[in-house]
Amino acid sequence: MTNTIADIETSDLILVIGSNTTENHPVLSSFVKRAVLKGKKLYVIDPRRVKLTDHADKWLRPSPGTDIALINGMMHIIIKEELHDKDFIENRTENFEALKEIVETYTPEYVENITGIKAADIIEIARQFAKASVASILYCMGITQHTCGTNNVKSLANLSMLCGHLGKPGGGVNPLRGQNNVQGACDMGGLPNVFTAYQLVSNDEARNNYEKAWNVTGMSATPGIPVTEMIHKAFEGELKSLFIIGENPLVSDPDLNHVRKALANLDFFVVQDIFQTETTKIADVVLPAACFAEKDGTFTNTERRVQRVRKAVKPPGEAKQDWEILCKIAKRMGYEMSYENSQDIFKEIASVTPSYKGITWDRIDKIGIHWPCPDETHEGTPILHTTQFTRGKGLFHAIDHTPPAEEPDEKYPYILTTGRVLYHYHTGTMTMKTDGLNMLSPECFVEISSADAQRLGLDTGSMVDVSSRRGKISAKLKVSSKAVDGTIFIPFHFAKAAANELTNAKLDPTAKIPEFKVCAIKLEPATA
Amino acid sequence: MERNIITINENELTFESGETILEVAQRNKIDIPTLCHLKNTIPTTTCRICLVEVKGESDLVESCATKAKQDMIILTESSKVIKARQKNISKLLASGNHNCAIRDFDTNDWTSFQLSVLKSDGKEDLCPVWGDCELQDLAYRYQVKTRGMPLNECKYETERANPFIIRDFSRCILCGRCVKACREIQVNNAIEFGYSGKDLKIIAKNDAVLKDSDCVFCGECIQVCPVGALVPDKVFRDGRFTDTKKVRTTCAFCGVGCQIDLFVQNNKIVKIDGADINLAPNNASLCVKGRFGYEFVASPERLTKPLIKKDGKQVEASWDEALDLVAQKLGSIKKEFGPDSLGFLTSARITNEDNYVAQKFTRAVLKTNNIDHCARL
Repeated sequence: MTNTIADIETSDLILVIGSNTTENHPVLSSFVKRAVLKGKKLYVIDPRRVKLTDHADKWLRPSPGTDIALINGMMHIIIKEELHDKDFIENRTENFEALKEIVETYTPEYVENITGIKAADIIEIARQFAKASVASILYCMGITQHTCGTNNVKSLANLSMLCGHLGKPGGGVNPLRGQNNVQGACDMGGLPNVFTAYQLVSNDEARNNYEKAWNVTGMSATPGIPVTEMIHKAFEGELKSLFIIGENPLVSDPDLNHVRKALANLDFFVVQDIFQTETTKIADVVLPAACFAEKDGTFTNTERRVQRVRKAVKPPGEAKQDWEILCKIAKRMGYEMSYENSQDIFKEIASVTPSYKGITWDRIDKIGIHWPCPDETHEGTPILHTTQFTRGKGLFHAIDHTPPAEEPDEKYPYILTTGRVLYHYHTGTMTMKTDGLNMLSPECFVEISSADAQRLGLDTGSMVDVSSRRGKISAKLKVSSKAVDGTIFIPFHFAKAAANELTNAKLDPTAKIPEFKVCAIKLEPATA
Repeated sequence: MERNIITINENELTFESGETILEVAQRNKIDIPTLCHLKNTIPTTTCRICLVEVKGESDLVESCATKAKQDMIILTESSKVIKARQKNISKLLASGNHNCAIRDFDTNDWTSFQLSVLKSDGKEDLCPVWGDCELQDLAYRYQVKTRGMPLNECKYETERANPFIIRDFSRCILCGRCVKACREIQVNNAIEFGYSGKDLKIIAKNDAVLKDSDCVFCGECIQVCPVGALVPDKVFRDGRFTDTKKVRTTCAFCGVGCQIDLFVQNNKIVKIDGADINLAPNNASLCVKGRFGYEFVASPERLTKPLIKKDGKQVEASWDEALDLVAQKLGSIKKEFGPDSLGFLTSARITNEDNYVAQKFTRAVLKTNNIDHCARL
């Protein structure tokens, strides 16, 4: 997030796009709902009538995968009606002319045609967004999990910069990170192209610094491959070994059929986890790890706040700390890596990570600090880009709408979009151990509009076979007012009817994120 | 020029315009008891415990709903205040099933007292929040005796149909904190005051049980309930929690990073509460997963020993055997096919420290940049 969670409540207008906030970030959603109670405006853009739309001034419903067209349409109006922030554009950004040129063709009528949103609604939201004294954009995987995910995000940045809503309280472009430490895993260099704090592995100076700090030579200057490509390479036999910590790709990854074959093809497969999962079951070695309540350390939340994790209970049996296991393997492979404790590791992190340099465990004992925090007297940075952007001036990107990789046709007439429910977390390995959560959300379901259900002659509770070009699952139908005709929603948590048997593994070319939010499927009454 | 100063119990204190007497007192660590007030919500004034005496005013005023005014002189524990509080506490005790040991029994009466408790309670234990009840605390503090007070029969049966939350209407003092928490803090709008007069009850829509209502089981209502009307079902399943250790940490579900307090007994988490109301990012709020979804930690299904696949079957192994095998295999594959034939997936669920070591291991030991995690999934 460019801004903080508390900041949301101070916004004048909140635009939530591609985020089922009340289910996926429930506590954060209360900030949004309280803002509405205080009279702030809320617009929700989502292909489903998610719960948050109950609190919104207006719900806009784009056809899945048409966000760029909608955002360009908004910018078309804002520029045409001269509602853009000319000072901000002049002083803080560049490439505005290219943006102006590309959105020229995105007239409300043209956009209505692509998105299905009425021209009048596009005009209204554009005006409200631009006229708000400060507006906050909240987005989640409804924006990113598309083959045009990167361009979707850039479009939101365009929109915010166009209206000068960045770099101040109550504004910003705010991605809501899904898992507890997804921000931290990225910050720590758990990505193929960067060390900690996003220092490029291809940058000689950064790499030299790391080689010195780690007392090694010959580290690779070539960026590695992301998870989605690792699966392809394993399938093709180029990737021989995979070591996984705390992930369950046999439920969470797209096109499971492909993933299954790929993992089976590995010469050596290690999984370090807290439970047996669909994935650990096929591993050559399974290593038992400690869970969050058994660890000392830090997580970094979606607002870049580095917070303490404290050990409350002892790990079961012989389970060990994740870092400790890796140190022991390193040592056996001839590299001496040892730490007294987790705090020792954090000190090393701070020494090689500019944005964490000023953070110590003592400083975050009571309350976490937002990075960047360059030195120990610095109070952290709750709001980013207040005086300049990371690259200096904010760059407008001229972006055109591109359709999803797979669209419905005669054979597969419905759009499938996947996501989560309130009561479960990712592949359910943790939440499905609590009876009460299973009682509230016992099994997979196929969410459908009442008109579509009628057309199929089926009702809530009917078993249906859902198939795509890649796979088939069977689950119970759930007629819901959240669903819109033609679009089906299935949560991906449930291994027994895994939505990812159906999903498309086509990737965004930059972020390599799969298009979980759109693929084509068909529905039939269950045969078995 | 306005001075914006009031005097509470002979302390001169500044206030900001709009602040209530209670807020000024709380900010200055002066304890004014209240059972219905909930920070950041509109005052309801239902409990009438926070009454204070303002010099020059004939009636006591509710400190939660009275704005501080210049030169006010306030007494929070005058004899008039104490008498009024005693009367109001007594009324609340009489309103429901508050059969805790605040009753003024003597030793001879103990058996009949216990019997009457058992009879009216229908179970073998006392109130599940005995010793952790704000009403009970106040009754002690103000020495309110309830001897001779009949146990009030409650017309509403205890609601046990829900996961996580037990609603015992017989202990509800109708303070309305749960409604405030639901409607003004979490804004889930699941519960409200229903019926009227003697029938007043906190209800979900159409008086449905919570699991069939709009309730999303965030449990904020349990956290703010001053008495034993709303309690986690664990209290009944596992008995009372005494001698618990409290550990502040960060929730492991979703990226909001809620600050939580784990209550630990015998190496087991028995309860989770949202941390401090003044502490970002969650200000003590939690969701259903964060508050109740901790059973995985102590699950008997946890992995406790390394496993190695032998003849197609995973069997338990010693750490030495497992780690030797991993090091040897990774080393030989690296040698034969090159470092980029190895891949590593670190995790968005583990700590920064774990992640840092994982990428260091991948880059410095395996010598590849093939490291990623589930950020995109």
